[in-house]
Amino acid sequence: MSTLRDWIAGPAGPYLAILAMTVATYLCRAGGVVVMSRMRITPRLERGLRALPGSIVVATVLPLAVQGGLPAALGLVAALAAMAWLRTELAALAAGLVAVSLVRAAGF
Amino acid sequence: MASSRFTLQGCLYGARLTLPLMPGLVVFASAFGTAAQQRGLSFEQALAMSAFVYAGASQMVALEVWQAAWTPGTILGIAAVTGVVNSRMVLAGASIQPWLRDEPPGRLAANLFFLTDANWLLATRYREEGGRDVGVLFGAGIALWVLWVLSTVPGYLAGALVSEPRRFGLDLVMPIFFSAMLVPLWRGRRAAWPWAVAGAVALAVQALVPGYAFIVAGALAGAVAGAFQE
Repeated sequence: MSTLRDWIAGPAGPYLAILAMTVATYLCRAGGVVVMSRMRITPRLERGLRALPGSIVVATVLPLAVQGGLPAALGLVAALAAMAWLRTELAALAAGLVAVSLVRAAGF
Repeated sequence: MASSRFTLQGCLYGARLTLPLMPGLVVFASAFGTAAQQRGLSFEQALAMSAFVYAGASQMVALEVWQAAWTPGTILGIAAVTGVVNSRMVLAGASIQPWLRDEPPGRLAANLFFLTDANWLLATRYREEGGRDVGVLFGAGIALWVLWVLSTVPGYLAGALVSEPRRFGLDLVMPIFFSAMLVPLWRGRRAAWPWAVAGAVALAVQALVPGYAFIVAGALAGAVAGAFQE
């Protein structure tokens, strides 16, 4: 038992930690797909799935915008506007980054 | 009628879709390399983490709980922290599962190893526009992975490529990209009602619970709202 502990405390430890992280992350990556493949897709479930991508995006972005203050909020709005207008990701990304840089350079 | 397919052209198209994200990815990965070096990881360990874990936010958080000497408990701890940060991927996977239904298990297992926020989002958009080629998800995932692993190297060896990423807004690349994706996902006000629920719940959870629980809580609330929408 103590030799196992020594092995973990020694040079193997960091790699065991990375292995544990890899397994945890892969379970997250595959988990949703595996669970859904075992469920019958009812119309209700399908409506829920259809709402999911936009919900993930909003639930990720809105709190970060609030947390990041004015530069983040204006950057996200600029990106949305550029995307609606020009319909290319590159333009949206550029508009967002420029807006964030300008607002931060202005001291916010 | 073939509901989905998997072609080399699809993989290449997916790789091309990642181009706008590459500058931000290089900066982020090199920042991880620098932080890993400062935290005392060996070069091989930093590279292994980028190659096998391949999930930026959780790699950064893992450095916070990185140990000089490991015990079974701290190893379980770092796995748990990683799982919590990456739990949103469960939902991302669920949302694309109908698309992956006909994939052979081996190819599906490999494809899912490369699933991240960025290629999920690119593939979701591609699918919303009528695309069916699962190779797009795979190609985008591989392209981002190669760049992620490679960009860890200069960060580790030479320090951060951009000394003040905040100044250029580079800390906000992913949220900016995420928000822009709402435009192609937009299907009218009715379909956006669940998004409003997701946003409100996410903000409430953010105010009440520390960490990143707001993503999963808000996204689940949005899906439930969509499911029960008449």
